[in-house]
Amino acid sequence: MRSSKPILLVEDDNIDAMTVRRAMKDLQVPNPLVHQINGEEALKYLRSNLDRLPCVILLDLNMPKMNGVEFLKAVKSDAELRQIPVVVLTTSKEDRDKVETFQFSIAGYIVKPADYSRFVEAMRTLDLYWSLSELPAYCS
Amino acid sequence: MRDSKPILLLEDDTVDAMTVKRALKDLNITNPLVRTGNGEEGLAYLRDENNARPCVILLDLNMPKMNGIEFLRVVKADDKLKRIPAIVLTTSKDDQDRVQTFQLNVAGFIVKPVDYMKFVDAMKIVNLYWTLSELPNSDQETANAKLETDSACRG
Repeated sequence: MRSSKPILLVEDDNIDAMTVRRAMKDLQVPNPLVHQINGEEALKYLRSNLDRLPCVILLDLNMPKMNGVEFLKAVKSDAELRQIPVVVLTTSKEDRDKVETFQFSIAGYIVKPADYSRFVEAMRTLDLYWSLSELPAYCS
Repeated sequence: MRDSKPILLLEDDTVDAMTVKRALKDLNITNPLVRTGNGEEGLAYLRDENNARPCVILLDLNMPKMNGIEFLRVVKADDKLKRIPAIVLTTSKDDQDRVQTFQLNVAGFIVKPVDYMKFVDAMKIVNLYWTLSELPNSDQETANAKLETDSACRG
């Protein structure tokens, strides 16, 4: 990424979270990965780390307690948090999920490939794009 | 890009617009490029129902009449348009521009490299990313219809 700020991963499945961590390591992405297991925990994390907001949020959709769409609703109506680019990372190909999340102006919607090497390729493209793109001013 | 919808470019500078067109051609990106010269024309294009909805918007910031930030304010407050990913493509490295545009939920902020080869590389990454990412428009009507039916069923 263009910044050394953490990447926040919101994901209830520990195996999936480990796969993201492993892919980032394989790609030598130096940003720390902060993992929160649902929207509620992620919001708590963001609100207690306002001086160290993540440069990007990777968001799963199907999670207990507070799911991805509910999390987006909260983040995008919060003046301090709404500027953080949120990229959906999910296995859902549901049109309804796409329509609903793009309505919150997400910065990408990636359907996770099941195959690991293809997943690494997807994460490489994501890293390339967010290294090319500037990030919100707090990231520099 | 993941779908064949047009790319909408808002750019007042004709030479810059030609550079984008040339880069898309060099990269064999087949999406039609629709260019409008400022925010006002961009909005008019988007609000004309006869026009195809773009898959993404590439947005210059400094434009006459309605600039990029004013355009974003209108688009992001419009339920029919807010879902279209808007990517800033500018020469501005101004902090204030980054603050304002990310507050308005842009899906990327790319400072245009002056060198043409570097610009092509940048466009290549933009295309890779938005080919990997799903887009909001695919089967949009079906999905909307489904949402409406669902909420009607829930009563």
